[in-house]
Order: sequence, then C-alpha cells, then structure tokens
Amino acid sequence: MYRYDAIDKSLVDERVAQFRDQTRRFLAGELSDDEFKHLRLRNGLYIQRHAPMLRVAIPYGLLSSAQLRKLASIARRYDRGFGHVTTRQNMQFNWPKLEQVPDILAELATVEMHAIQTSGNCIRNVTSDHLAGVTPNELEDPRPWCEIIRQWSTFHPEFSYLPRKFKIAVTGATQDRAASMVHDVGVHIVRGPGGELGFEIIAGGGLGRTPIIGQVVREFLPREHLLSYLEAILRIYNLEGRRDNLHKARIKILVRSLGVEEFRRRVETEWARIKDSRLRLEETDIARVRQFFAPPAYRNLSDSDPTPGRSTAFRAWYRYNTAAHKIPGYRVVYVSLKKPGVAPGDITDVQMDRLAELADQYSFGELRATHTQNLLFADVEQTALFELWQALERAGLATPNIGTMTDMICCPGLDYCSLANAGSIDVARRINERFDDYDYLYDLGELQIKMSGCMNACGHHHIGHIGILGVDKSGEEWYQISIGGSAGEDAALGTVIGPSVAQDEVAETIARLLAVYVESRHPEERFLDTVRRIGVKPFKESVYAALAAA
Amino acid sequence: MPRWLLRDRQVVADDWRHLDESAEPLDSLDCADARSSRTGLIVPFVRWQLEHQRWITQRCRLGVLLGPAQNPEDFAADLPRLSLIAVQFPAASEGRGYSQGRQLRERWNFAGELRAVGTVRQDQLFFLARCGFNAFELPEGELESACAAFTTFSAKYQFSNDTGLAGTLRHRD
Repeated sequence: MYRYDAIDKSLVDERVAQFRDQTRRFLAGELSDDEFKHLRLRNGLYIQRHAPMLRVAIPYGLLSSAQLRKLASIARRYDRGFGHVTTRQNMQFNWPKLEQVPDILAELATVEMHAIQTSGNCIRNVTSDHLAGVTPNELEDPRPWCEIIRQWSTFHPEFSYLPRKFKIAVTGATQDRAASMVHDVGVHIVRGPGGELGFEIIAGGGLGRTPIIGQVVREFLPREHLLSYLEAILRIYNLEGRRDNLHKARIKILVRSLGVEEFRRRVETEWARIKDSRLRLEETDIARVRQFFAPPAYRNLSDSDPTPGRSTAFRAWYRYNTAAHKIPGYRVVYVSLKKPGVAPGDITDVQMDRLAELADQYSFGELRATHTQNLLFADVEQTALFELWQALERAGLATPNIGTMTDMICCPGLDYCSLANAGSIDVARRINERFDDYDYLYDLGELQIKMSGCMNACGHHHIGHIGILGVDKSGEEWYQISIGGSAGEDAALGTVIGPSVAQDEVAETIARLLAVYVESRHPEERFLDTVRRIGVKPFKESVYAALAAA
Repeated sequence: MPRWLLRDRQVVADDWRHLDESAEPLDSLDCADARSSRTGLIVPFVRWQLEHQRWITQRCRLGVLLGPAQNPEDFAADLPRLSLIAVQFPAASEGRGYSQGRQLRERWNFAGELRAVGTVRQDQLFFLARCGFNAFELPEGELESACAAFTTFSAKYQFSNDTGLAGTLRHRD
C-alpha cells in the first residue's frame, strides 16, 4: 500500500496544527459557528444528534494493521469503544468531544491517517473496488490511479469550495463493485482502440433526492491525461454548477440541465487548453506510484479445497464469505460486520485489535474496507482458511451472510444522524429477526437490501435490489420500499412499489416481496433479474393486498 | 482613513478605491484629478461594460471588480489596460473566484494585482494565493495573523501560481 514520504507527512502534520488553531479560535469566540462549520467540515467533523461525528478517511479502503490498531485505540479512548464503517470505505466515530478532535487527528497522523476532505463541499475520499489487485477479472489494478487522484485532489487550491461535495470512484474490473455509476465521476479502466489501457469517464451520477445514473463523457481517455481531464470537469462544475439551491448543486444537476453533449463540449474545450500543461502524467510519475502497489510476497502454491471433512458452518462461511483470488492457493476473506443484533458496519475496539492481529498473521498485515460496510483480508492462503474462520467466529466476525439479504447496507439513521427522518438500525434488527433461517437466506441467493434513514440516501436505497427509505409521516417513522435497483455495472434505480409502510410492517413487506420472487423465479435467477423480467406489478399487488387485508 | 490590506505578503495602506466608495457625485468623478491620479479606481464589471468608453479613456490606474458569475472572457480584450482585478467573494463558501483567478493568470496571463474582496478570512488565503491572488482585503484584526496563512502547508501536491514550491507527483524525489 502507499506509504507516506516527507511531503505527505508534513501535509498531515501541518493540517493537524491548522485545525488545532481553528478549533482554538472557535472556542475563543474568534470564529462564528458558521465560519467554523466550513472549516471543521473539511476535517470530517459534523455536529450530530448526540455529539460531534468524526469521519476518518481510509483512502480507497486500504488499511494497515497498525492503522486499524490506532483506530481501535481511538475508539477506546475518545469514543465509546466502537467505530462505524461507511459506504465510502471510511470509518466514523460517533462520540468524540469537539475539543479532543485535534488530538485525535494528531494520533491519526502518526499512522499516516487523517480526516482531510471527508466532508464539506470538496473532492472527497476517492473510492475503489475492494477486490482491486486480487480479483481475477481485472484489466489493471485501479489503486495507483486512486492514489494519483488522492494526491491531486488533496488541498486542491481551486476545488476546495465547490458548489457541493464531489465523489470519485475508480474501477478496473469487469464487475463494478464501487457503485461508480452513481458517483459524481466514475473512472473505468478500459482498453483503447489500439489495445492500450486508458479510461472511460462517467459523470453526473448520484443518489440523494435526485438519483441519476452517470453518463459517458469520454469513451476513451489516454492515461497520461487523467488529471487534466478531471481538472477540466471540476473547473466547469466549479464555475457553472448551481450554488443557489443546496439540493440542485451536485454535478448531476448540471449535466442533466446542460445535457451530456453540451457538458462534454464544455469540458473538452477547457481540456484542450490544459491537456498539455504540467498536469500531464509522465510514465515515471505513474511508475513511482505503482511500485507501492506491487503484489506482496505470495508463496508458490496451488489451489486446494479446504472444505472436505469440515463442518457445515465452515462450508457455509467458505461459500459466502470468501472469494476467488487471482493467485493460485490464495483466497479473499470477507469479515462480515452484519451480525444480527449489531448495527450494520459497526465494529468494536476489541474486534479491530483482533483483526489487526489476524491481518498480520494471515494477510500481509493489510485489510480493506468495502463499500458494502464490511472489511476483508485480500490475501489469505487457502490452507489457513479454517484456522482463520475459527478465530473470526470467536470474535463474532464470521456471520456467513456476505452477498445475502442480511448483508444490508444501512446508514446510522435517526439513532445518530441529525438529518435522518427515521431509524434504520432498528429496522435492520427486525429484518434480521424475521429472516434468521440461513437455509432460506441461501436459497434466496444474491440479494442486496439498502436502507437510508432519509432522502440524502447515505444507505444507497435507490440502488438496492430492495431499497428502504425512512420517511417522516406526521412525526412517525414510516418506510418507502423500492425494488429493482442495482449498484453494479448494470446500474439502475429502483421503482417505489407504493405508499410507505409502518415500521413494524417492513420485515413482513419484504417477506411478501420475497414470496412473489420465490414463486415466479426461473432456476438460478436472482431477485433483481426476476423483478426485471416480470415487472413491479405482481410484487406491488401482493404487498398491498396483504396490507389491505390486515 | 485608509484601508489596510495584505499585498504580496505585506500589510500596506490601500492605494485603490472602489467606485462605490467615492465621495464625489458619480457624474463629476474623474480620476484625472490630483487626488485620484495616485489612487487607482476599481469599477464594478457591469458599469465597466455599460460605460466602457468613459472608463477606458481615463488616464489613471484602473481595476475591475468581478462578481462570481462574471466571466473574464467577456473583457479579455481590456485586460492589458487594467492594473488590477478584484474578485468578489460574497460568502466564504463561494468558490468560483478560485477558478476565475486561475483562468486570469493562466489563460489570460494577467500580470497585475489580483485581489480577493468580500468575505475573505485568513483560512482561505493559502488556497487563494495558490490560485494566483496576491492581494487580500481582510478584516483588520486578521491582517497580521494572516501573513502566517501562506505557509500553513510547507508542501503541495499541485502546480500552481503562487511563488512556492510546485510539488507534484514527479517532483518529489
């Protein structure tokens, strides 16, 4: 993974000093609430329902064991003993004290971490495929490009006061595991006309109040132009994006109102002026960054099946919580943070410490955060899987549900967030209670449930196979259900099935949707594909007929 | 009472005035008179365009005040006649001026004073300077402490217009 040099290190240290002084000025009354807000947001610090929330950047989801140990110690010392993994591969702490935040940032800086640009109207933490570099179906490892974008976007002088936040995702595989089509900019590594590698550039995707799937701005961008092209897009957005209405300020609204052709024309005109400037990447730049992502010292092994003679529980875990690796003899291991009864994405300090140890022991001292709010070990020897499973099982981190319906994406909801209309954690708990039969879960196959506590859509409900949105109905928490969304390369927005349902009816409503699926599916057909084939109507009829009868 | 501002990292008395700060009736305003010949005059962009002939024929130093939605391209031909461009920041969250600054310096090669006016606090200075601004109308109480803001960060990832190190990817080793 990328390691800081003197430049990176001085930047984060100086950022801590800067924020310490800003916090001091605020506490001394030299900065107003509003003035301080713009500054603290650039350090990932929100003022929330119970306490400030601090969002720590995990660049494109990569973590060393030392970094995870530091996060554990911060959770213990400054929080209530846990952290929360987000859909943008970051970690949030929900209970820090404002005056202690500079100290937390100083601690993070000692392990090459920070909270720079994890909130505010700036370029946010760049995200990527959590299987980058290890998945068999990849044109190229996207992480060096993520790091190049991270450096370019960090403290970018021109783009630190954008109309609204700006999120970039980079993928290099055939499968899109980074939800890149619903990012402000999606960067796809593709082959050009001559077989050379470059980028397809997508822009104008996003969720929130106005969910939109991104559109292709450029089919093929030679790779040396990545930064100049991004700079051209950002400049057009910075100058022309709406600033009069918070809800219309994302780039998706600009792309939609101009039309993608006109947006492209403006970007290309600007790009023509700057493409051969100093932003042009040299081979040596790329090679320098790429060396940080060289494969670890894999042993020369061959594939072996670790399941014969093992328990059903291990076999289920192996099937659902591990994935193929491009190197023979290795496997990717997901650490499920979706244990029933625990808020999705939450992890305790003790679990973090344990995972750091296991990473050192089994996976070259590294872990990754996924956009589905889990963690993973990227490089585990197949012969060590059983031992690792036992250790994870003891730590409560081996719930065999990755990719199944209880591997839900869920925002913190009303329990923590000051924006939320409705709770999401409690609904997740009820869904887990209703669907506690693993045979049934496994029979349902791949099923993504995504839940947001409000229309800001932090839980990505629009792109869930089943999406759940918390709404406020005269002070009561109700839930709007949609089906047919997808975050993948076949990205689609779900269709709302009808009027919202009460909190105690959510799990039952999902059960009815699934009953229609089980009845109508073709062999091996996913829920999503059945919805696409037969449409929303049969699902809707079943749900509302039952509700009317109740 | 003169306004003090930060220019080229020095606290100096302002030798410019904004048109709307003028004490004289606008009709009689002419910067050829003795007092204002030393003092440059900053004309808002809209008036610059509406009364172009009137301003362009003045002999004193001239500047234009640009709002966030106004495009430098629309008066590019006048740039050689201007000694100053002031860019308006109506709120700290306003970010278009950063792009306007870079465009003025990089695309139009504007070499005069580039001044940030409006809601400008020391916390914006580091970025503004890197976008080409060299003068800042700051709250008086911040003028001294703001000088330190230029060196908030000793290194940078991007090339830019300020005089500092341009530490980009390839210039690190």
